[in-house]
Amino acid sequence: MKSEDIPSIRKIIRRNKRLELFFAVAGFLALLVGVLTFVALFAQMAWSGWERITPDFFTNFPSRRAGQAGILSAWVGSLLVMLVTALSAVPLGVAAGIYLEEYAPKNLFTDIIEINVTNLAGVPSIVYGLLALGVFVYTFGFGQSILSAGLTLGLLILPVVIVATREAIRSIPLHIREAAYGLGATRWQVTRDHIVPYSLPGILTGVIIGMSRAIGETAPIITIGALTFIAFLPESPIGPEFPWVNFEWLKSGFTVMPIQMFNWTSRPEEAFQQNAAAAGFILVLMTLAMNAVSIWIRYHVRKDIKW
Amino acid sequence: MSGFKQTAFAAAVLVLGAQAAHAQSTVKIDGSSTVFPVTEAVAEDFQKSKKGEVKVTVGISGTGGGFKKFCRGEIDVADASRPILKKEMDACAQAGIKYIELPVAFDALTVVANPKNAFIKQLSVEQLKKMWEPDAQGKVTTWKQVDASFPDAPLKLFGAGSDSGTFDYFTEAVVGKAKASRGDYTASEDDNVLVQGVSRDVNAVGYFGYAYYAENKGKLKAVPIVNKEGKPVEPGPAAVLDGSYNPLSRPIFIYVAEKSLEKAEVRDFVTFYLKNASKLATEVKYVPLPAKSYEVALEHVNKKKLGTVFGGEPEIGVTIEALLAREAKL
Repeated sequence: MKSEDIPSIRKIIRRNKRLELFFAVAGFLALLVGVLTFVALFAQMAWSGWERITPDFFTNFPSRRAGQAGILSAWVGSLLVMLVTALSAVPLGVAAGIYLEEYAPKNLFTDIIEINVTNLAGVPSIVYGLLALGVFVYTFGFGQSILSAGLTLGLLILPVVIVATREAIRSIPLHIREAAYGLGATRWQVTRDHIVPYSLPGILTGVIIGMSRAIGETAPIITIGALTFIAFLPESPIGPEFPWVNFEWLKSGFTVMPIQMFNWTSRPEEAFQQNAAAAGFILVLMTLAMNAVSIWIRYHVRKDIKW
Repeated sequence: MSGFKQTAFAAAVLVLGAQAAHAQSTVKIDGSSTVFPVTEAVAEDFQKSKKGEVKVTVGISGTGGGFKKFCRGEIDVADASRPILKKEMDACAQAGIKYIELPVAFDALTVVANPKNAFIKQLSVEQLKKMWEPDAQGKVTTWKQVDASFPDAPLKLFGAGSDSGTFDYFTEAVVGKAKASRGDYTASEDDNVLVQGVSRDVNAVGYFGYAYYAENKGKLKAVPIVNKEGKPVEPGPAAVLDGSYNPLSRPIFIYVAEKSLEKAEVRDFVTFYLKNASKLATEVKYVPLPAKSYEVALEHVNKKKLGTVFGGEPEIGVTIEALLAREAKL
């Protein structure tokens, strides 16, 4: 190597380092745009709604007087709808994902299904609302109920759960399967004892992404006929006599947090804007709490996996 | 996942466990968002007076959406910011749904301007038409074009979105044809957006229900409208009651299904509605009808006078007196 080359090599190194710094700064700024926007919105909601967040706010029904209005029917409605959503979308989505990944033969038919599932994830939510209005509300006769809403949102997040399940299964090393098959395990045994436990953290991530989307949805819920003023709670799922559970609550009318919020933002009285901000703050907290629970479960499941 | 489900379920149980399950009767209401504040206030107080024995639910599907559900027999009461239309009457007739029409209050569509605006002293229906008719689109863009006496300032328009009954009524009253409006204005279904828009622009003008003006008097000024008698009149309860604020004041209604009236809870609710509408409408910034009108309405409920006093055609400028006279003839 000739000595006069060294300065030019140094120059190249300097230039590359500058480029690296440039990208690091650009990436950091890009991150800040997202994070700061969220923090600013969240802080503003917290700031303007703070006074309204009292125990009464959670235990009061909506009212025409802003000071007495609360979110009881809204948060209970959201919680019950989410329960139906989770109970319907998770088993269906996980089962479909496992089937597609572990059982289904690779042919044109499954290819078409695959493409469709991926595309379904991008369909606007209002389309699901219209579909559900025809199918669940009228054809099946579920009415404008928690059941209809939960199933609608379940349908909405089904593609997300399926895709997440498949991604999670694909990340399991092939040799684990081969070792199990080598020992004579059946496909079901491999699925039950290895595939499902190992892919659980990934599946959970998908489920939470889906649920976080579902809890904020308004359009499909309004389409199937959610109420705006409702000052009673659904029947309790726990009955006083045998068999101690009842499913009357599934048929109940309901409202959810985003609808309550939207109704308050469109009120003429200034004081309702405070209520809307407070409800928005609680809705974000509900989403964050859902995320926290899933992260906690994921952490514990991961700890137990030993390859 | 099971952990999450258990947690969610446990939380739900915790909340609901305390609620005893017993059969309750329900009154189902849906329809106009304009009538919603009044119906909500009535529903709230009615449930309190019944100590939770009767459930009342109120949805906002819009006047048209409400009638659709009403004529399918899904709800007991329909909120309507305009009388029932011919095609809705046909739909109800086909399904065998008979109904009682009850006017519950008046709303005054209010034309508002920025309080700093000095040149808008009053507006006539002709001037409003010049601003809002479909032909004005892209052409009428300054105040001078509306009237030569106005300055050459840009014309900024704010109005209701095309899905609302307010839009239907305003276009019918001003342009002469429901839903005929220029499209190049700031439209929103959320009236607070319109309030903000007009309060920030000196050259702006907009329209919405009286309640939104009443709550924002500091930020807006109501424009007196030249009525049929040629007098400029500012909107307000008194002007609506004596009929001088025309043609932008309109009655709002509830429609009760005849079959539903057989249920004691619906009958109680409607009676409660008519007895308390005066007080509650005032509270939510609507204009109540004269006491006589509620008495007539109550009589119609008791005697089950079915049908509508409007012919299924959109109508503007119905005064309280004219409404009373028609109701009396029913």
